[in-house]
Amino acid sequence: MAQAKREGRALSGYEALRSETALRDRSLHEKVVSLEAAAALINDGDHVAIGGCMMSRTPMALLWALVRAGRRDLTFSRSIVSSDGDIVVASGIAKKVITSWFSQGIVWGISRVMRHWVESGTAEFEEWSHLAMGLRYRAAAMGLPFLPIRSLMGSDVQRRLSGETREMICPFTGEKLVLVPALRPDVAIIHVQRCDPYGNAQIDGLQFMDIDLPMAAKRVIVTTERIVSNSQIRRSPDRTKFPFFVVEAVAEVPYGSAPHECYGLYEPFFRHMDLFAKMTKEDPERGSRDYLQRFFYEPRSWNEVLQRIGMDDLLTATSGGRNVHDE
Amino acid sequence: MNEIGSVTRSWTTSELLTVMASRALHDGQIVFAGVGVPLLAATLAQRLHAPGLTILFEGGVIGPFIVPGDLPPSTNEQRCTRRANMVCPITDVLMLLQRGFVDVGFLGGAEIDRYGNINTSFIGDPDHPKTRLPGSGGGNDIASLAHVIVAMKHEKRRFVERVQFVTSPGYLEGGASRHEAGLLAGGPKVIITDLAELGFDPVTKRMRIEALHPGVSVEDVEAKTGFDLDLADPLRVTAPPTERELEMLRELDPDRLYIA
Repeated sequence: MAQAKREGRALSGYEALRSETALRDRSLHEKVVSLEAAAALINDGDHVAIGGCMMSRTPMALLWALVRAGRRDLTFSRSIVSSDGDIVVASGIAKKVITSWFSQGIVWGISRVMRHWVESGTAEFEEWSHLAMGLRYRAAAMGLPFLPIRSLMGSDVQRRLSGETREMICPFTGEKLVLVPALRPDVAIIHVQRCDPYGNAQIDGLQFMDIDLPMAAKRVIVTTERIVSNSQIRRSPDRTKFPFFVVEAVAEVPYGSAPHECYGLYEPFFRHMDLFAKMTKEDPERGSRDYLQRFFYEPRSWNEVLQRIGMDDLLTATSGGRNVHDE
Repeated sequence: MNEIGSVTRSWTTSELLTVMASRALHDGQIVFAGVGVPLLAATLAQRLHAPGLTILFEGGVIGPFIVPGDLPPSTNEQRCTRRANMVCPITDVLMLLQRGFVDVGFLGGAEIDRYGNINTSFIGDPDHPKTRLPGSGGGNDIASLAHVIVAMKHEKRRFVERVQFVTSPGYLEGGASRHEAGLLAGGPKVIITDLAELGFDPVTKRMRIEALHPGVSVEDVEAKTGFDLDLADPLRVTAPPTERELEMLRELDPDRLYIA
């Protein structure tokens, strides 16, 4: 980097990555903040990668705070989006969603909200294959500009992404490969079961792309069901899935993934998911406006959101969540 | 209950698809399954004739056993992990496809064409779609890297000459075009519908009828297909679902979440 300066040339992508990383505060220090303060770390126009997948470990409380804060022009990326995708387009905080699959869930059919906002051209849905999303994050996590992949070829998914991917003939084998570019989010937001005040995050169960995401992103915000002590983390370091020094802020939010699930703690709130589908089915614009009003704008705290979703739904989800450990 | 030809059927379309799909799976196979018909078919196979069949879920699950009545809503929730051998990151479970450890991938789709290309992305012009569909998910990766079984309802609007958008590649333009595109492994193997089992000519890669379900005629199939179908020789007739298969299946999905 210093050499680039001496030579009077612009930094290459990798030099820029190294110099940004070198400037990050990687010390072991406490970084616990409120949910609102965590949301304030995200700027208009940022590319925000959402941790978890589908209806699992979605950082819903942080999305709630972002919607309330009225962020604009955000690009979201995620392995697969469910109703979180609907919410970021319907609330107007997202201009683009980069993902492999976008709908509330198979049992509810094709999302009317996604259809309305994407078909009208208000929000963009950029489609990659699932493995391509994974390798894009992984390339960024590895500090590489791309990775080769053996899917995508011959498909219209690749054709429609023209300019985003490249084809190459492997110099070793002569085989054709597609190169997918590193996906480097400005911020990754990840919800976990446990995290200490320094950012050592422990994930139970399904990991999705959440090992690569925090390594790929420029900044990482963690929401956690529970903040635990550093000594508790040190008793089972094998369960820590990413290290404190990649994390910038930690917010404790019990039921922070509701109405989606958090492995071992609660299942999706199925009745509430039915309600969302029902409200948005006939008239997605009015339905999502009503839903956002009731569950995003009117409640002044995340606890109030949970109150509005209701104790019955919360306890049903909790009881199902604990079942995962049954024989 | 409904009637086709002279045979009275005591099963739903989804039940027929599931039973026929389960028969296409064999002991010892490693099967990439989505929820719904694929998962039920794989679990049914495990319980009836393929106890050593291993299920993989896109969410990062290796070798789970599904609890009857507790079916997962997608491949990404904790219900998918019941009695699993291993959970791992999504990218790594998908990498098993690329590495070649997967025998069969299961797909559905809005549209399929004569070369087995599948569309799950757009109805109409992709720039101004009539309907934006949910997209590839792992479909493109599965179709690119594994042999694929497709289970879907047989309808003229779904069986089209040429899909409007190739989300998941079949044999592309037929012949050697799949290989030439760089896809060196896998490809569609069997298409199971409520009317028939279809396969592909080994050279032209055109879709052909391999077997008819009981009481179904070639004309019935042609009437619901948007392109000319070739016929395998000999043309088989499948055995109807047995009591045992239907009983077991209904036990797996007592709420009729996916088999209604």
